[in-house]
Amino acid sequence: MLRIQYFASIRESLDRNNEELELPANVKSVQALIDHLLNANPHFATVFNEDSKVLVAVNQTVVDRNHPLSENDEIAFFPPMTGG
Amino acid sequence: MISIQEQEFSLGEEYDAIRARAGDAGAIVTFTGLVREIYGDDATADAVESLTLEHYPGMTEKCLQDIQSEAENRWPLLATRIIHRVGELFSHEQIVLVATASAHRQAAFESAEFIMDYLKSEAPFWKKQKSTNGSSWIESRDSDRAALGRWQKSRG
Repeated sequence: MLRIQYFASIRESLDRNNEELELPANVKSVQALIDHLLNANPHFATVFNEDSKVLVAVNQTVVDRNHPLSENDEIAFFPPMTGG
Repeated sequence: MISIQEQEFSLGEEYDAIRARAGDAGAIVTFTGLVREIYGDDATADAVESLTLEHYPGMTEKCLQDIQSEAENRWPLLATRIIHRVGELFSHEQIVLVATASAHRQAAFESAEFIMDYLKSEAPFWKKQKSTNGSSWIESRDSDRAALGRWQKSRG
């Protein structure tokens, strides 16, 4: 199972904290996962569009959207960080 | 040594603790970040009542450890301490503490600044501000990202 978490403004916009998903056979990368999520949830387009800055972490490391996915990965989507 | 916590911290106690661990340090730098009443430099902005800091448990600890290790690789540090608070914090409260100890001041100053610059843009914390006019997420600033640039030339 993929474990997907959403944080901060993205969590609020999607009204979703986390979910689990069986890795679909055709989903090999972060971008493919985003496309899959958009297909299943059209309202995700408010967050995953060209203008919005959405960062993605796989297994707690920020990666780019070509990053490959495997079964049991922990994925997180969040806006640019504002700590300190 | 790193901590992510809701509770307040005492700069005095933390200073004594790092001083006790720092062996023959000649310099200890401490930086404390506070919640400002007016966020940013816009004088017309709404007064902030509180900030709520959200984080990504697990990744946050990993990031702070990585930042601390990177600082220890770059400068001859004798001890470091990072505390980042989460949850709801009110104006003038302390948010973050960075302390570094070294034989000489330059390493202590530079490493403290390096750790803060990385905390601002690379550690998974997000601030939501509450003002008299409602709540909004604080957006990342280009100036914070730019501050990282000066450390990157020599980065591994």
